[in-house]
Amino acid sequence: MNVLRRNILKGATAAGTLAMAAGLFGTGNAFAAYNSAAFSAKTVADALKGMGAGTPTDSKDITIKAPDIAENGAVVPVEITSNIAGTTAIAIMAEKNANPLVANFKLSNGAEAFVSTRIKMGQTAMVRAIVTAGGKTYTAVKEVKVTIGGCGG
Amino acid sequence: MAEPMKIRATMAGDTADIKVLMNHPMETGQRKDPKTGQLIPAHHITEVNATLNGKTVLEAEWSGAISKNPYLGFKVKGAKAGDKVTISWKDNLGETNSADATVS
Repeated sequence: MNVLRRNILKGATAAGTLAMAAGLFGTGNAFAAYNSAAFSAKTVADALKGMGAGTPTDSKDITIKAPDIAENGAVVPVEITSNIAGTTAIAIMAEKNANPLVANFKLSNGAEAFVSTRIKMGQTAMVRAIVTAGGKTYTAVKEVKVTIGGCGG
Repeated sequence: MAEPMKIRATMAGDTADIKVLMNHPMETGQRKDPKTGQLIPAHHITEVNATLNGKTVLEAEWSGAISKNPYLGFKVKGAKAGDKVTISWKDNLGETNSADATVS
C-alpha cells in the first residue's frame, strides 16, 4: 500500500478538523462571517459571484440617491431605497474601484429597505445597488462623475 | 483606543430614523504615505451590527471604500420612543466598539 498517500489523507483530515474547530470556536462573537471572497473581487462579475447573487434583474423600483458630480471622491454620499416588497439585503458597488463591492447590508426585524452612507470612489463610475428580495436579486445603477479620486494618493 | 460613536435616533411617524457617525480611519490599504512612499496598511471596519431592544435589525459588511469616519443611516418600522438602539462594529485588526442610544 502507498504509505505516503495514507499520510497525506490523514493530514488532510486533521487539517479539516482543525479548520472546523476554528470555525466553531474561533470567532466567539455575534458578527456574521465576513465575505472576503466577494470583497476582494476585482470585477463586478466576480463580486456578484462571491455574494452568490447570480445575475440580478434590472429594476426601476430601486432608487439610488447620489450626486451627479462628486468633487471629492473620498466622500460620496449614497442613499439607496428599494420599493421591492420583501427586501432583505442591499449591497453597494462602485464599479471602477479596485474592489468594486463597498458594502452589503442585511435587513431584518422591521428595518426598512433603506440605507444611507458615504463611500469612496477612485474615479467616475457607475454606482450599483444590488437588492435581494424573496431569494431573487435586482439591480440598478447611477453614474457619479468624480473630479478628484478618493482611493489612491 | 476607539473613540465614541454618535447615534441619533428619532421617531418619524411609526418609523425610527437612526443616524450613526463612527470614528475610524478607514484605510483601504491602497494609499501610500506621501513622505515614505510606503503603502499604509489596511485598517477599516469590516462588520457593523445594529440592534433594537436586543433584536438585530441591520448587519453590514464593509470594505475600505466606506469613507473615513463612517456615516450610516437606516430606518426601523414599528419602533417606539424609549426603544434602545445598540450599534457595534469590528475592524480588520480585531478592534471593536459599541454604543447605545434611546429612540426619542
